[in-house]
Amino acid sequence: MIITIPWLKEHLKTTAKESEIINQLTNIGLEVEGLKENPGEMGKFKIAKVLKAEKHPNADKLKVCDVTIGGKEILKVVCGAPNAREGLITIYAPPGAIIPKTNFKLKVAKIRGVESKGMLCSENELNLSSESEGIIELKNKEKEIGKSYFKSKSQKAIDISITPNRADCLGIKGIARDLSSTGIGKLIQTKRKKIKQNIKHQIKTSIIKEKNQGCVSFGSCYIKNITNKESPEWLKNKLITLGLKPISAVVDITNYIMFDLNRPLHAYDADKINKEIIVRNAKEGEIFEALDNKKYKLKKDMCVISDKSGVLGLGGIIGGTTTSTELETKNILIEAAYFYPSSIRKTARGLNINTDAKYRFERGIDPNSIKEGLELATELILKICGGEASKFQITGKTNPKNRIIDFQVEKFEKLIGISITANEVDKILSSLGFKCKKSQKTIKVEVPSWRPDVSLDEDLIEELIRIKGFNNIKLIEPSKNRIQETLNFKQKLFHLSQRSLASKGYMEIVTWSFTDSKIDKQFSKGEKEIPIFNPISSDLDILRRSIFSNLAINLKKNQDRGYEDLSLFEIGPTFFGKNPGEQQIVLGGIKCGKINRKSWLDKERNVDVFDIKSDAIKTLIELGIEEKNLFVSDNTKHSYHPGRSGSITLKSEKGPHLAYFGEIHPAIIKNLDCKDKNIFGFEIFLKNIPEPNKKLRQSKKSFLASDYQKSERDFAFVIDKIFKIGVLEKIIREVDDNLIQNVSTFDVYEGENIPKDKKSVAINVTLQAIDKTLTENDLDEISKKIIDIVNKKTGATIRS
Amino acid sequence: MLSSKPPFKIIVPGRTYRCDSDQTHAPMFHQLEGLHIDKGITMGHLKGCLDYFIKEFFEVKNVKMRFRPSHFPFTEPSAEVDIGYKVEKGKIVIGEGDKWLEILGCGMVHPNVLKNVKIDPKKYQGFAFGIGIDRLAMLKYGINDLRAFFEADYRWLSHYGFDPLDVPTNYRGLSK
Repeated sequence: MIITIPWLKEHLKTTAKESEIINQLTNIGLEVEGLKENPGEMGKFKIAKVLKAEKHPNADKLKVCDVTIGGKEILKVVCGAPNAREGLITIYAPPGAIIPKTNFKLKVAKIRGVESKGMLCSENELNLSSESEGIIELKNKEKEIGKSYFKSKSQKAIDISITPNRADCLGIKGIARDLSSTGIGKLIQTKRKKIKQNIKHQIKTSIIKEKNQGCVSFGSCYIKNITNKESPEWLKNKLITLGLKPISAVVDITNYIMFDLNRPLHAYDADKINKEIIVRNAKEGEIFEALDNKKYKLKKDMCVISDKSGVLGLGGIIGGTTTSTELETKNILIEAAYFYPSSIRKTARGLNINTDAKYRFERGIDPNSIKEGLELATELILKICGGEASKFQITGKTNPKNRIIDFQVEKFEKLIGISITANEVDKILSSLGFKCKKSQKTIKVEVPSWRPDVSLDEDLIEELIRIKGFNNIKLIEPSKNRIQETLNFKQKLFHLSQRSLASKGYMEIVTWSFTDSKIDKQFSKGEKEIPIFNPISSDLDILRRSIFSNLAINLKKNQDRGYEDLSLFEIGPTFFGKNPGEQQIVLGGIKCGKINRKSWLDKERNVDVFDIKSDAIKTLIELGIEEKNLFVSDNTKHSYHPGRSGSITLKSEKGPHLAYFGEIHPAIIKNLDCKDKNIFGFEIFLKNIPEPNKKLRQSKKSFLASDYQKSERDFAFVIDKIFKIGVLEKIIREVDDNLIQNVSTFDVYEGENIPKDKKSVAINVTLQAIDKTLTENDLDEISKKIIDIVNKKTGATIRS
Repeated sequence: MLSSKPPFKIIVPGRTYRCDSDQTHAPMFHQLEGLHIDKGITMGHLKGCLDYFIKEFFEVKNVKMRFRPSHFPFTEPSAEVDIGYKVEKGKIVIGEGDKWLEILGCGMVHPNVLKNVKIDPKKYQGFAFGIGIDRLAMLKYGINDLRAFFEADYRWLSHYGFDPLDVPTNYRGLSK
């Protein structure tokens, strides 16, 4: 909503300075978003004539125009508009002018090698309309070449952001009323002159009673024998400061009243109306050509204003071409109606139309403003265009009853924390147009018809505190008693995972929850795709099913920036359905490149599957799972290299699935077109990490260390090739829990001297007793036991 | 709230989405929502809570704060909070100066919200607020472009990243 101080002062008697007014506006919730200071600026736009328009030597779609603004100088201007042609009269912006639409300051610039002094403007660029096809074409302005197009003494335009509940402030009078309640000035009550209304209303109007009728009341005035013309300067200037294009007196007057009183009106050429006005629901498929020159196919339940021949306008949204007023129009019908906001909203959304009238009706204008709007419109039309007016004809429901709220004053203190007196309540609310009647315990507050947003005590409290001032509320220090643990187990896991991965040299990234379906498809074969209804761009078109999609995209981007050794992780949701809750938190890591690249100290080598396996396992341990409970298997899925990947489950192969790890499948890497193809990753499923039922201090055994020497023995088993080494180690460890301290594999051999379906696994076992040094006998005994048990359980033999 | 009884003191960070993308708007961002429902919780408590948070977060002793009336459908009265700042040598200084920066929206929970979760608004009341975490981080660290948070540029990450063990605490400070 744009206002100017002089216009505001037509409704507000005040001596306050502009800066005070701006401050107060923001303080009472009418936030000033910006000030458009344009004194003198708009004067720079000149009426100009194109003398010659030739094709640009270096660009097909551009023209080089010779432009005159009256003097001897011929200005060379490069222009891209298709309608730039010889003889056209248009608007020229010289270097230094600021284009209202873009706030861009023009400079002399070379465009494709040709110097352009300024530019020729479209209506859109001057904020006159949304018309951006081509430059403005002026008619009958030959004599005014060289003159400024905007003659207004430009005024500071104050741009106010109006919250959706404050429909009443979409007119300048409403803003003045709000300001008056702060004490900054007094609302001026304009007394209307009595207008002569002698002639007969020529057009019957009716609202059809039917289901979902969107129109509540329809008021109109018939005015005959007018002389429609260009508006007087004062009126044109007002519209231009608001960024509107003056059209003709009749149209300008209706627009002016809409912005002044928040009372949208519409003017019909009465001679083009076929007999009578009928407000009804549209028929399915009915065609209507609106003033924006577009044809709309209507649906039933859309409220239309029609006559005997068809649709004349979409009630409260936009008028139609068939009955539009022109300069030649003699007899008019002025409409002031009230429509249900929900009906307006539905129709406008259905047809995707946005107009100033629709914006006001859908938020809820004052249903009681029909008469006032018609009065002012008639008065102005008779004054500017002459003619004779009829009495007003208002059909439908009028004068709806105002709401009454029984307001308890002490409720204010209960909610806000500071007190207010009944007198203060009366004063503030009355200044906002509420009527207050004090009784013993409560105040009976009558809500004015222009405040559809106020219906509860809390709404009144908001009115009171916003005028009284939020800065008067005393702040109360928060009490810091904690009733529960701040974070639950899953939340703690989240943060622990971040620290754990970061400490392993991974960088944390946060990426969109959505991703490119082409990439996601590769990581999530067979899972249902979840498309986004209204994606921000076509490469962010679905919710990610795999944590790898964005990790891989960003890994590649960094590779393309020249970074080769990368470790990235993200912890965030992946989705398996579109309903709330159909998502899980996954910790994903991805790694590529080399270890010790170009190091003088160590030998460089490629990142390999054991690196990623180790990162996954260490992280799981740090997340609270004991290493012995991690069951590693070679179960894998399609997005990993089938031979260089695996799974980690809890305790057994069938236990909860904790993680996948491995090399990313070469086919995917190839599709991604990654520079370095040596890429590994892991996924940890946090939901499957068990919450320990005992605290660490309870589950730890007491510490017992042996003072006796430890011994080591190496074994080489010849075992089935497919047998998992992890299982073998576990079997050995379980042979004697007390003596065996550690089991580790140091060599695996396949080939010569070993049967084809077997492998040789060399294992080191550390042995130590708590009560004595183990003798050679003891060691032989336990070694034999290990060999026997392994043989019994796996069929492995000792390699000879 | 349906499964439990007041008092409630809830703070929820999370991913939020909108169809918008420019320097200060991202299609996904992080919102921190707070809610305190109990007997006798007033707007004074709301002011106190936010004042405390802002001071701790920006690590300044005093902060100029302005509550500006606004509108949200789920709070009544509603306010937006601006904090004072000034620009010194091209850097934003938070807490003083004559410029205002909008940082969050808040208000007293609308009685209809409480009724919907079977809480008697005559007995219980309280406040709610919502803060864009990314925007706060931009202010604190002087980052110009919101989208950079989500672009995973290794150089940006190395520049703004924290040490893995640099856990923020009130006693040690929230940042180095």
